[in-house]
Amino acid sequence: MITAIEQGLIFALLALGVFLTYRILDLPDLTVDGSFTTGGGTAAILIYNGWDPLLATACGFVTGSLAGLVTGLLHTKLKIDGLLASILTMIALYSVNLRIMGGPSVGVNLREGQKLHHLFTDLKDANLLYSGEMVAILAAVVLVALVGINWFLSTDFGLAVQATGDNPGMAMSDGISTDYTKIVTLMLSNGLVGLSGALYVQFNGSADSTMGVGLILVGLASVIIGNAVLGTRFMVLATLGAVVGSILYRLIILWALSWEFNFGDVHIATDPGDMKLISAVLVIIALLISHLASKHGITFNPLSRWWSKTGAPEPLTSSALAPVPPAVVPDADTPDSDARAPWADEEEL
Amino acid sequence: MLRLDQVSKTFFPGTTNERRALRDVDLHLAKGDFATVIGSNGAGKSTLLNVVAGTLSCDGGAITIDDRDVTKLKEHRRAAMIARVFQDPQAGTAPHLTIEQNLAIAYTRGKSRGLGRGVSSARRKNFREQLQVLGLGLEDRLRTRVGMLSGGQRQALSLLMASFTHPQILLLDEHTAALDPERAELVTELTKRVVGENGLTALMVTHNMSQALKVGNRLLMMHEGRIVFELNSQEKKKATVRDLMEQFAAVKVHLSDRSLLN
Repeated sequence: MITAIEQGLIFALLALGVFLTYRILDLPDLTVDGSFTTGGGTAAILIYNGWDPLLATACGFVTGSLAGLVTGLLHTKLKIDGLLASILTMIALYSVNLRIMGGPSVGVNLREGQKLHHLFTDLKDANLLYSGEMVAILAAVVLVALVGINWFLSTDFGLAVQATGDNPGMAMSDGISTDYTKIVTLMLSNGLVGLSGALYVQFNGSADSTMGVGLILVGLASVIIGNAVLGTRFMVLATLGAVVGSILYRLIILWALSWEFNFGDVHIATDPGDMKLISAVLVIIALLISHLASKHGITFNPLSRWWSKTGAPEPLTSSALAPVPPAVVPDADTPDSDARAPWADEEEL
Repeated sequence: MLRLDQVSKTFFPGTTNERRALRDVDLHLAKGDFATVIGSNGAGKSTLLNVVAGTLSCDGGAITIDDRDVTKLKEHRRAAMIARVFQDPQAGTAPHLTIEQNLAIAYTRGKSRGLGRGVSSARRKNFREQLQVLGLGLEDRLRTRVGMLSGGQRQALSLLMASFTHPQILLLDEHTAALDPERAELVTELTKRVVGENGLTALMVTHNMSQALKVGNRLLMMHEGRIVFELNSQEKKKATVRDLMEQFAAVKVHLSDRSLLN
């Protein structure tokens, strides 16, 4: 349980990175699968060579963001479709990561019998790697990232980034170089992913060339689950949703891995090998639910009722100009309809 | 202020779908000129605006704004000089951002955007005052997402966003066409006021001939990529919709005769 929370917090940084591309830029960025390992591999090999672990971790952020830079340049300068550009980078990174690590895996605990020092060595020695202290440390790191992202998105440049994803035509006509905003955001996003990887290898004890495979799904699942729970009405809640979603995802996986099925004489128990399948199914279910929810006007968001009471969502009437109709027509058989109105365009994916 | 010299644009050149949208267009707008542009579908009106805005690059000719050659300048670089309102009310605003955030983006048009606060309290105060001018009550809804607004409200907001930074050129692309008559009337009135009060140089494409006559001080008629007919301020005051229709018919006949002879 505590391990799941710790993993959830480490992968929350990845989820925040995915949030920036998937939600803010509206660009599903698969670079993540490669840049996680790039960041993690960089940190691992530097720690293996005796670098200061903090510096090594920072380098993980930098190499991750360089991977984002490549995707950004392919997408904006060579006009390659965003999805394809990120796939190209992701595939290429597999080889690059092997070069960075000098092999398929690197350990960060021991080198030829000599003890290595990484960020969590002291906690590990004190048997606190799976403890409330560790959770607190990771939560603090995530909190800094969360505050940083919210600050970033509220700046002039951050608004330009949001406009780029929301309405690129408007962004350009307002003088925003959407190429530039996309590249910077992809770098920031993959930097966070790299940082997530760097923390993960130190938590895990080693880096592996295949550890990033399928992580885009983990990121997407976290963002989708988190946004379904906390909503996207406010940026603070939307970003916090990525973190909460990441932890929920780990807990769901933990629970799913304890399933056992009996079909007559056949006994099947889920094992870690099923994790990717479970992840994919989880994303499908989350997408399906949010799609159906927006179609039928159901919200899972516990806060939406509170908003409808406090009046936080704007009333949609009363002005010299009548509102565009459909989204708001009160519907007799759905008593929740006025609470859902502001969500009408939120749950679409 | 705005000068187009021999500007041409051809779509799909060298194919069977080749279409010459602009043919050696010359146009000069003095500072404070407000020209309306009419013409049938495919006359090149929207292409004209897109070429001026930089959304499309022209194949030949030169575009100068305030004595500066902007022909090679990309759209987002021209944005410091040019603001624009689109036909589609959705096009000019970011729906998931709030009114004040949209205004902040417009406010920093053409400036470098750094890491300063997007919506500072000083800016918010300014935005509130600017919105009051619209008289739509939007000043009390600064944190409403723009996607929640009606088409007319969004278009009025777009107009404010385009004008309140005093761009050198304001481009209006049938910006009342998607609204019902009442809202269209309101946005037209706002347009007149905003352009007049700020002394903007404006180019407005419209399908509505009476609007084209009522608004602005010059009128241009386009046909098959050329400016075929022009009215100055004096002529425009006297002209009626019937005059324009007749002129339009004459131009059509004339041009088709000529193309037959060619």
